[in-house]
Amino acid sequence: MHTNRYTFIYAAVLTIIAALLLAFASEGLKSTQQVNIILEKKANILKAARIDVSDKSKLGDLYNSSVEEVVIDTEGNTKDGLKAFDLNLKDELAKPDAERSLPLYVFKKEDGKKIYILPLHGVGLWGPIWGFISIEDDFNTVYGANFDHKGETPGLGAEIATTMFSEQFPEKKLYEGESQDVALKVVKFGTGKNIPAEYRVDGISGGTITTVGTSNMIRDCITLYQPYFGKLKTKIIPQGSDQDNSGGTTIDTSGVLEN
Amino acid sequence: MSTEVQSANLIKAPAEPLFSNKNIRVLKDPLGDNNPVTVQVLGICSALAVTTQVMPSLIMAGSVIFVVAFSNLIISIIRKGIPTRIRMIVQLVVVATLVTLVDQVLKAYVYEVSKKLSVFVGLIITNCIVMGRLEAFAMQKKPWASFLDGIGNGAGYGLVLIFVGVIRELFGSGSLLGYKIVPQWAYDMGYVNNGLMMLPPAALFLIGIYIWIQRSLNKSLVNVS
Repeated sequence: MHTNRYTFIYAAVLTIIAALLLAFASEGLKSTQQVNIILEKKANILKAARIDVSDKSKLGDLYNSSVEEVVIDTEGNTKDGLKAFDLNLKDELAKPDAERSLPLYVFKKEDGKKIYILPLHGVGLWGPIWGFISIEDDFNTVYGANFDHKGETPGLGAEIATTMFSEQFPEKKLYEGESQDVALKVVKFGTGKNIPAEYRVDGISGGTITTVGTSNMIRDCITLYQPYFGKLKTKIIPQGSDQDNSGGTTIDTSGVLEN
Repeated sequence: MSTEVQSANLIKAPAEPLFSNKNIRVLKDPLGDNNPVTVQVLGICSALAVTTQVMPSLIMAGSVIFVVAFSNLIISIIRKGIPTRIRMIVQLVVVATLVTLVDQVLKAYVYEVSKKLSVFVGLIITNCIVMGRLEAFAMQKKPWASFLDGIGNGAGYGLVLIFVGVIRELFGSGSLLGYKIVPQWAYDMGYVNNGLMMLPPAALFLIGIYIWIQRSLNKSLVNVS
């Protein structure tokens, strides 16, 4: 039998060696891992714009050439000096309303049409869920969507990350009539019969809490971008009367609006 | 007298060749008659979870081979110094360190696969094969034999994983390693991929069939476990 002293020293030395080894490995591999994470985010943004991202080698160039990053505040003004890609929606949502900087990605299609890609962040059953949703330039029609999660139940809630779920989104509508409330809902199969099909996405059977979380996430995040879209809309589709552009808030939409 | 016998034994024991029959057996047994998955029925959990495609199965097999081989080697080298009362904890620290290393390397170099394997790489720590081999083999045997035993057991596990992975990907997705195997005309004529193969129960059935075949070929295995 070894003495207590020996046991303690042995345990301490062993842990220190293991810790050092792991610290070195983690530091040494960090930059390579970071490249993967950035590439994955770019892939997810493009996926929401229904772009095939299976060829990883071209992904970086495609992103750089076709996606424009914009940062806006909750009032609908653009913000300078920030890089949208580096912003984390989760951190921004934790801030008070006025301090939020919201990232927005504008994808330019080959025919010149613009697709607005919004990041989403919400809560599922076991942890965070997130994704991207893209909207056509009528600011009403969903163009595509793409979801992921931290640890939803495999086979149930985790199915939101499959294309089977996300491919339901294209062509859905966000708003009913003139209403400013997001009407698009993800509902349990069979329960949303009173909701017209264009505002309804079938949820995941057995993943009700994740389904509701996804629905709330879409509503909450899109609502944050509404002021900005509202301003863009009045620019694109002039409605005769001067809308609330008078409050001294000048929108810098250069580069976003030229068509 | 007794010291004489002892010293005589010490002198008599010649250096064992690296690949003596005994060592070859240590390496080969776990591939067949002493397979950790099909005979000892260990490590089933991850075998069910990661085998929908061949690529994750291969990476998982490689990771487990690495972890079992090196944890066996390290534990065998330090086996005489390990304080008996914290034996298991020391083993766990070594295994956990190796698994975390593997996880970091996978995240850096095969990110897509590492996402598919998700928690199952981390769960190699609790894979019964690893602790089982440390306790049953590495704590008593010399480093080289322990290392071979680790490779053998890791490979035995990997063999079953790849067997299951190949069948599940071929019949579940019609491809192998991502390359289409089932031609388009077969689909046009009404062939359909087997959806069951994509679900965990398929792995259970396949491992069951593997065990069935193995035991009908070698009757001595019946009632081993």
